[in-house]
Amino acid sequence: MKKKNISYILFLLPFILLSQEKITGMIMEANEKNEHIGLAGANVYWLNTSIGTVTDMDGKFSLAYSKENTKLVVSYVGFKTDTLTLTQPKMVHHWLQPTDNLNAVTVTSRKQTTAKSYLQATNTFTVSSDELLKAACCNLSESFETNPSIDVNFADAVTGTRQIKMLGLTSPYILIATENIPSIRGASQAYGLSFIPGTWVESIQITKGAGSVVNGYESIAGQINAELVKPSMDDRLYVNLYGATSERLELNTHINTKVTDKWDTGLYIHGNTHNGEHDVNDDGFLDMPKFNQINLMNRWQYTNAEKGVLSFINLKFLNDEKQTGELDFNPKTDKLTTNAWGSEIDTRRFEVSAKLGYVNPEIPWQSVSVQTAFSSHKQESYFGLKQYDILHNSLYSNVIYNSIISDSRHKVKTGLSYTYDHYDELVNTTDYKRNENSIGAFFEYNFDNLNNLNLTAGLRVDHHNLLGTFVTPRINARYTPWEKSALRASIGRGKRSANIFAENQNIFSTSRAINILDSTGKIYGLDPEIAWNYGVSYLQGFNLFGRKADVTVDYYITDFTNQVVVDYENPQEVNFYNLDGKSFANSFQTEVNYNAFEQFDLRLAYKYYEVKTEYNSGKLEKPLTPKHRFFANASYEIHKGDNSIANWKFDTTFNWLGEQRFSSTATNPIPYQLPEKTPKLATLNAQITKVFSPKFEVYLGGENITNVRQSNPILAADDPFGSNFDTNFVYGPIFGSMYYAGLRYKIK
Amino acid sequence: MKKLIIVLTVLVSSITFAQNKNEKASLEVDGVCLMCKSRIEKACFNTKGVKSAVWDVKTHELKLIYDARKTNLKTIQNSVVAVGHDTKGLKATDKAYETVHPCCKYRDTDVKDDHKEDDSHDH
Repeated sequence: MKKKNISYILFLLPFILLSQEKITGMIMEANEKNEHIGLAGANVYWLNTSIGTVTDMDGKFSLAYSKENTKLVVSYVGFKTDTLTLTQPKMVHHWLQPTDNLNAVTVTSRKQTTAKSYLQATNTFTVSSDELLKAACCNLSESFETNPSIDVNFADAVTGTRQIKMLGLTSPYILIATENIPSIRGASQAYGLSFIPGTWVESIQITKGAGSVVNGYESIAGQINAELVKPSMDDRLYVNLYGATSERLELNTHINTKVTDKWDTGLYIHGNTHNGEHDVNDDGFLDMPKFNQINLMNRWQYTNAEKGVLSFINLKFLNDEKQTGELDFNPKTDKLTTNAWGSEIDTRRFEVSAKLGYVNPEIPWQSVSVQTAFSSHKQESYFGLKQYDILHNSLYSNVIYNSIISDSRHKVKTGLSYTYDHYDELVNTTDYKRNENSIGAFFEYNFDNLNNLNLTAGLRVDHHNLLGTFVTPRINARYTPWEKSALRASIGRGKRSANIFAENQNIFSTSRAINILDSTGKIYGLDPEIAWNYGVSYLQGFNLFGRKADVTVDYYITDFTNQVVVDYENPQEVNFYNLDGKSFANSFQTEVNYNAFEQFDLRLAYKYYEVKTEYNSGKLEKPLTPKHRFFANASYEIHKGDNSIANWKFDTTFNWLGEQRFSSTATNPIPYQLPEKTPKLATLNAQITKVFSPKFEVYLGGENITNVRQSNPILAADDPFGSNFDTNFVYGPIFGSMYYAGLRYKIK
Repeated sequence: MKKLIIVLTVLVSSITFAQNKNEKASLEVDGVCLMCKSRIEKACFNTKGVKSAVWDVKTHELKLIYDARKTNLKTIQNSVVAVGHDTKGLKATDKAYETVHPCCKYRDTDVKDDHKEDDSHDH
């Protein structure tokens, strides 16, 4: 009997030990210096229970913890009652805010709108939504105007799309992801950036050079990731109305609601229309297309902090219609005829994506996340007499497991990814169909010595039905030699199949014959593109006249092992062929940020590009890529007396572009010949925002205020069906200056 | 026999409980800035068996996860004290305290005040 008792006690002991877990802590009075001023006699109890206690003379308390109770209520007369969520027994230090003092305590410190990390291994900077508001617009392609690392170029004189470049390379060489799911690729490459409304974006992370292997092997010059607004964090109601002198109108609405304590949902509606006809240069062509865009997103968020589960489900729909060409072009009667030159581009896109993340609440370094996305993208279009239709169905899935080796200074990520792409393309009368699929495994190791060294080494192996089996290695490292500095280096390889038509749709708005000169490759007869990227960068923060400043210098080399060369050097043809010889892009950038005086920030940047390719006609500079660029941005805020919210905000951006090379027009008749180089060019944008209250603000801005214009953007505009018609020689603004105004209204 | 099995299982479960490989603990450690943070955390990692150590600048809470078969809280606490940081119940020797960077002299009221304004002190 006695023995039995002992064994029972032994049996129960572990459970008793477990159930005796306690929460201890201290409740203090909030003060500016976060001093430990204990509050004696504060109530501490579990929500909806009678289990509670009162703090002692020093403000300290101790309370039994059990798994059923996770909400700890802290209250004291004269102070705001707080409820803390606790998922495990731990020490609690909590400062209570006095009720009579609430307004004085909410001093918001000013955060940088573009943040560079001194600690990360990759050369990444984060652009916050505040930075995006500086140039009040509209979609992702227009949101890089205030950012010197991304160049916004004019793609062609017809579609009005803007093309972005990084390290001197166009967007197909940049992996563009939404919430780490590659999103702008394949058929959406040309116009995809204009399909993500600016107000949907919470922040953008821009990584120069070889990034992580986790998101795939396709990135070459860098990675851009856009984080969308979260239903649980976004305003309950947000309205942005925008109107421009070009007769462009835009409306953005966000409606967010809490469905249950774990589910949040948001409905995001974006409409964008432009029906004005403008021809300021009298060439008979519209300066910018007429368009209608509707963009809908329904986003669901599931948060379960106790179980460590977070999930997002997104449903998206887009309908985009563009019409452009000659002023008297009427699509009903003139489509695919020589009555007048015109073009229509209609796109419909569906997207479903889901993300599930699980963090082990017991072991915080262990987490698993699953991402999957399906999209169907259909574009029907014609350009004069040329027809181009593309259907792209795509499936992406990625599983990532995070853990540590030995201790949390050694982190590892590993996982699997699978992609499937079905392309159905009609180019005039030729049908291009192909299926691509790949399966890959990756492993990434990160070492952080918590001091001056942070290193990430990643490797992935993929098997692709057209690219074969290949290895993608990438290394990023950061070293801090002294205070407020970061010296970074990176090296990595990227590989991709070029979607030659989708990426170069501007070739259709010309009279050029389209030729593919190789036939042995597996993608349009061409070989996959392979490039190595090497980079170094140095960031130094310092104080100048007692105010914060930083300077960044970076140099990147992209060296193509193979490239699909797009050759415009014969003005009657555009030729695609595999690189034979060298092709490289060298990029040097230096940037200075200076908080020159209270609420005034200055950013200056200079860039030098050397982008050269071995064409069949010789080694030449890449057309329409300036060697020298200068960038300046200044922003200033006037704050109200209590310094809490900005009253007025001013922002201005200056861009100077050096000479750019025109592809050869030497064999054209003399009236259709262009000089070798473009003139130098400078543009100025500015915006003023008046904040009336945290709920309501109004903005007014101007783009290209100095009214710079390229007078002859279309070659042979007088004879669009003749052999010299070409809309690709665009180096500057066509429309001239444009003014806009808008308002933002939000309810928290 | 039956009893023996019960006793054995009980003992085994008690042992595994006592020697958890992901034992969690929380400790109050004094310090002022991110430099202190890296010093405190590094001291923990230099104790074999520590898997995770996160020190919060604001709350002064050091959250630990360690392999209880390889180390214990006392040893970790000693390592922290050895690099000059006071923990609740264990004071660093003056000699150890002298070794911290002048800006991290957390016992000094002036230094403390210096750090209050700037939470993201990162030198």
